[in-house]
Amino acid sequence: MWSFSKISNILDSWLSETFSPTWTMVIEMVIAGICVITLFALLGLVLVLMERRVAAWIQIRLGPNRVGPGGMLQSLADTVKLLVKEGMTPDGADKFLFNLAPIIAMMVAMLLMAPIAFASNFQLWDLNIGVLYVTAISSLMVISILMAGWASNNKYSLMGAMRSGAQIVSYELSAGLSIMAIVVLSSSLNLNDIIQSQADGWWIFKGHIPVFIAFLIFIIAVTAETNRAPFDLAEAESELTAGFHTEYSGMKFALFFLAEYINVFIVCAIGATLFLGGWMPFHIGHWEAFNHVMDFIPSSIWFFGKTFFLIFLIMWFRWTFPRLRIDQLLDLEWKYLLPISMFNLLLVTLMAILGWHF
Amino acid sequence: MMFIVKYIKEVFSGLKSLAIGLRRTLYYFTHHKEIITQQYPDNRDTLVFPDRFKGEVVMAHDENNEHACTGCTACELACPNATIKIVTKFDISPEGKKKKAIDKFVYHLELCTMCNLCVVACPTDAIKMAQTFEHSVFNRAELTKVLNKPESKVREGVE
Repeated sequence: MWSFSKISNILDSWLSETFSPTWTMVIEMVIAGICVITLFALLGLVLVLMERRVAAWIQIRLGPNRVGPGGMLQSLADTVKLLVKEGMTPDGADKFLFNLAPIIAMMVAMLLMAPIAFASNFQLWDLNIGVLYVTAISSLMVISILMAGWASNNKYSLMGAMRSGAQIVSYELSAGLSIMAIVVLSSSLNLNDIIQSQADGWWIFKGHIPVFIAFLIFIIAVTAETNRAPFDLAEAESELTAGFHTEYSGMKFALFFLAEYINVFIVCAIGATLFLGGWMPFHIGHWEAFNHVMDFIPSSIWFFGKTFFLIFLIMWFRWTFPRLRIDQLLDLEWKYLLPISMFNLLLVTLMAILGWHF
Repeated sequence: MMFIVKYIKEVFSGLKSLAIGLRRTLYYFTHHKEIITQQYPDNRDTLVFPDRFKGEVVMAHDENNEHACTGCTACELACPNATIKIVTKFDISPEGKKKKAIDKFVYHLELCTMCNLCVVACPTDAIKMAQTFEHSVFNRAELTKVLNKPESKVREGVE
């Protein structure tokens, strides 16, 4: 049966037979880059359409239904519109930083793609501290936002950027602590090892209530980290007009927009990897027959299914909950999420030491 | 010790209220028959309006080309942005008595905000809100309308 790992192995062996090792490396890197960019474009189109559909159905509307069959080509039409628009740079802006900011936003999203396992044995970079890498790189997101807000030479933009700074600095703590819960249980920072440790059941089932609480906190914290409603204070359409991307237009705006959706995909992929077993099929303890049936579903389908389930969850939050004010936002983190996740981490550690999980 | 109990209660009541909201939106997400938007240009012939939808002010005329407007100008006074202008005249009745009546009921649709105050103010229910809404025209002058039909007169017995 065809799988991503088989295709990549065939390609690798063919390339290393034909070219020298150095050229094989270069060509493989180029192919990986093209694949990532294609995935980005596809994800952007699919997620924007999905977001609009989910929003419409939740708000008892129909959503995009004019362009293409059932509105399927709406986001493609939007992309073409953004491509042909003029990308303006305001006079008072710091031109270099202004143009650099959207590129950094995309670069961060690309770097985060590296350690994610899309299917069994299909990963760009299997590094032994994958979890640490992800948490470290994801905090770079704020730099592009701060840069955009500062370089725009616009008070609203700067205000949005500063809020986003406060938000990401605080929510990173509880996101990190909830990730730590899984690291403690699986005793590894390698994303592949974490997936392997869930072969007899996903952590969200094996870890009882503490892991479920960690999962909830993780979802809340990453929603805040990706600057999405109900935590969209950096954009704040109602009071800051659009926050840090007020002054952006055309393709530069589209890059920010794309980066937001890619980040949503990435954090959901990380969440699926840590809590829902990544590409690992749904296994229950020692039910050999059941586990065997589940293995027939390709691992990539498991991965994307779980990731899109989490994306739906985040969209569902977005269109249900009212927005928070900045002081409420910081209250929620420092008074509720952080103490709860610290206590929760203690519980998980106790559980791991005493072997109370399955 | 009490503050910890209060804290935990707060967390749970917050989670509960969020869960109620999520359940409602999930219900809407899965029940597409509740969709309330109308696909306007497609269903132009079968449009359904809510009762309180207001499109423009019209004056009702019966089959004898008679209306109920006495020209009291209550609507003109009630209008917040001078949409209505009533031009009055004096009819001479057969007995030789002068009687005030309307000559023209001028309605500026381009100024109207559909606030319904004129309809509320009218003592004889001569005007009402219609549900027509396709008001686009090429010339602005077409939006200034005279609501009473030519040769129409006030209905007998309406004072």
